[in-house]
This record gives sequence, C-alpha cells and structure tokens, in this order.
Amino acid sequence: MSVPQVRLQGVDKVFMAGEPPAPLHACGPIDLELRRGEFFAVVGPSGCGKSTLLELIAGLTSPTNGAIEFEGRPIAGKAPEGMGVVFQEDASLAWLDVTGNVAFGLRRANLPRAEKDKRVRDVLNLVGLSDFATSYPAQLSGGMRQRVCIARTLVMQPRLILLDEPFGALDQQTRLLMGDELLRMWRETGATVFLITHALDEATMLADRIGVMSARPGRIVDVVETHWPRERDSTIIEHADFGAITARLWHTLRGESMKTIGRM
Amino acid sequence: MTRLGWYRFAVVGGAVALLEVLSLTGAIDKITMQAPHLIVRDLWRMLVSGRMNGAIMKTMGNTVLALVLALGVGIIAGALLHRLRALRDTLDPLFATYYAVPVFAFYPFFIVIFGLGDTPQILIAFMLGVVAVIVNTLNGLDRVPNVLLKTARILQMSPVDTALRMTLPSAGPYLLTGVKLAVAYSFIGVIGSEFIMSRGGIGYEISFAYANFDNATMYPLILLILLASIAINGVLSRWEQRLLSRRGMR
Repeated sequence: MSVPQVRLQGVDKVFMAGEPPAPLHACGPIDLELRRGEFFAVVGPSGCGKSTLLELIAGLTSPTNGAIEFEGRPIAGKAPEGMGVVFQEDASLAWLDVTGNVAFGLRRANLPRAEKDKRVRDVLNLVGLSDFATSYPAQLSGGMRQRVCIARTLVMQPRLILLDEPFGALDQQTRLLMGDELLRMWRETGATVFLITHALDEATMLADRIGVMSARPGRIVDVVETHWPRERDSTIIEHADFGAITARLWHTLRGESMKTIGRM
Repeated sequence: MTRLGWYRFAVVGGAVALLEVLSLTGAIDKITMQAPHLIVRDLWRMLVSGRMNGAIMKTMGNTVLALVLALGVGIIAGALLHRLRALRDTLDPLFATYYAVPVFAFYPFFIVIFGLGDTPQILIAFMLGVVAVIVNTLNGLDRVPNVLLKTARILQMSPVDTALRMTLPSAGPYLLTGVKLAVAYSFIGVIGSEFIMSRGGIGYEISFAYANFDNATMYPLILLILLASIAINGVLSRWEQRLLSRRGMR
C-alpha cells in the first residue's frame, strides 16, 4: 500500500483567544488522508477552522493533539520542503517585478542560473503572465496578482500545493477561468492539490474528492467523490452529476451553516 | 516640465526677480540684503577660495554622523519595540509628545557635560532625528502584511533572511519617510546648535557674519544651506517617488 501524501490522525487545534484569553476549539478531531496526485477540496461554514486546517498541514501552526505526516514524515510545526501554499490574501511582493516575484521562490534552490531562468520563464508561460514579466504587482489586476503567487509556488515544483480560497476576492467569471487554469496546472505538474473554498460549485467543479467540514470545532463530516475524468475543465458544470453532487454538499452543509449563524 | 512645474518655477523665479529689482532700485538697502545675483557671485567666490571649506566639512561631517546614529539606533530600537509590546505601549505617549519638547533647551546642559566640542551638537541632532526614525520604523513594521511573513516561513527563510528580504523591503516606503525626516532634523540640529554656541561650522559662520554686518558672507552661506537641503531632499523624494509609483501608491 502506498504512503498517502498527507495523513492527519486525531488532529485537534485549540487556540487561546479573546480577552481574557479563553481556550477556543478551532477544529478537530480530524482524520484525513490525501492521495498522491489527487485534487482535494474542503468546504465548510465560515469560521469552521478551514484555514486552520490548512495552516496545520503547512506546518505554520502545531496541532494541540494528534499527528500530521507529509509523505510519511511528521510535520513538526515547520514548513516542510516539497509543499507550496497560495494564500487568500495577496502575497505578491510589491517591490519586485513579476519575474522577481516568481524567481523569489527559487532564491535558495541550488540550481544553475540558466536553469532557474528557464523554470521562471516556463512557469510564467503556464500561468499566462509572460507578457507581464517586467510589470510590478501594482500594475496588475487582483486575478493576475494571485496568478503571480501561484507561479511563485509552482516554480518550486512542489509535490503538494495548498490553496486557501485563492479566488475568494475575484468575480465569478474570473473564478471560473482561474479554475480552468488551476485544473490545467494540476494536470501538467502532477502535484497533489488541496483547495479550501467556501464556494460549493467551485469545489464540485474542481475536485476529485470534497471534504465537508462541520461548524466549529470543524471536523470532516462527509467526503464526496466526484468521479470526474482527469481531463476536465469548467464545462463540467454541464455534467448531469454536477447538480446532484453540489446538492449533496449543501445537504450536509446547510445544517452546519445554520449552527454558525445561530439558528439551531 | 509639467504645467505645475512651470508654475512653481514662476513663483520662485518671480520672488527672486522681485528681490533683485528691489535691491537694485535701493528699496532694500545694502546693509539689509544684497541683490540675489551678488549672493550667487559671492557664494561662487567663497567656494572657489575655499575659506569656508573647514566650516562646511565640520557641519556636513557632524550632520552625517548624527544621521547615521539616528538611523542605526532608530531602526534597531523600532524593530525591538515592535517585538516588545508592553514596552512599546509604555513608551507610545512619550513618542507622541516628544516633538513638543524643545530639544535645544538641553544644549547648555550637554555643553556642561561634554564641553564645547562636536559632541553636544551631534547629540542634539541625533535626539531630534531618532524618534522620527523609531516612529516610522514601527509604522512600517505594523504594515507588513502577515501573509508575507507566512510566505517567508513556507519558503523556509531564516529570521535574518526574512528581515532583510521580506520585512525591510515591505516596510521600505515608511522607513524612507523616517530617513527623510532624520536628514532634515540632523541638519537643523547641527546648524541650530552651531548658531547658539560653537567653535565652527556653517551655523557659527553665519552667526559670526551677522554680528559683523558681513553680508557678503552671511547670505551666500544661507544660500548654500538652502541649496544643500533642496538637493538632498530632491534626491530622497525622487527615490521615494520611484518606490511608491512602483507600488501604485502615487
């Protein structure tokens, strides 16, 4: 049996929050395995600890209980090699042009100069920013800036890419197109993708499997398989199963979302 | 030049021309002020003769020293205070009211302690500048987006690498505001204290010339200070402009 890309066993996260500080159970206990090369999406009501789950996997925060493994090795609250993260907020570096932003990810890589330049060019091509190589982030739209961040992650050729609502700030049409691009990048890089989103249709459209989280403390209450072919794009929303899958997500999520707005 | 640029040029040029006319017609007498073209001529002669080189070097040297100290201490103190929340909250009211205190009032006290050398002047200039640097460093660090620090951790950057390649450039424009203020304050501190009491420097020479009705020395020195501060400020503003326009902030 092959080792899963990521394995979470009984993971709990408790924060100290508020004034006076009181323990806040953000998420867990969570048991989850990500298969190598799959596209896994997580949906959940707002404030359910989705982002905390991502930060736990990324090693940005340590679990209070339980264990997290990346490719069979424990993550000890430290970002492991081979993992890339794209955040919800704009993380482009305002003082560098697009090329500089993308190359920033390779700064520490032990590669010859020519190889680095080539990788940067290839990735800029992949995300469609070749014509903006010398532009600064301030000159780009929000969607393009997010693509800069995706390119900076891809250039390091991560085996696992974590995305925290990367298209949250974009309009619906741009989101669909970015979804197409994300699917293409996922196929071309062969990486495992872990996407957090609050948009049910986005999760259904993009993912192989979708984990549904409960209201806080967030647990995975359902995992839905879409059975989409690997070759797919946003036109999958026309597929006969699309509505049924989205409806099943909402069926589970509705009750959880009601809890978060205090209607139970 | 832009239309606005021409307007500015016209305002300054008009004022100089007016002074020139008033001086030449005798409306402003020679003991009060010299005609602008004579001031320029005298400044040229003064610089060529080199008789003020000592004073210029002393003032510039002390200003640069005070500036470097204010920047070094201010940025380091700002970075430390940014981490020490309690200390920062304690000192915040002090920073807020600091510039209400006339630092020059301490000058005699510094002379008593350090003697009439360069130290009291450098100290005054340093004290004027350092808090502006601290405040702007704190402001800059506050504005570094948290997501950039997370990105640094994902990229496995060391703390030093993060500080130099992430925090510093991100806070850059705000730090530059502190630098600009520190440059101005260093100048003011050094030249101001030379006026009050000192054994040399441009401020001292202006004060000395004033006491001796030596307009041929006083006005060229004033012009020299003006030109120097305009030049330095111009360079810094240009740099700032470039930084800001790149970030779409101007």
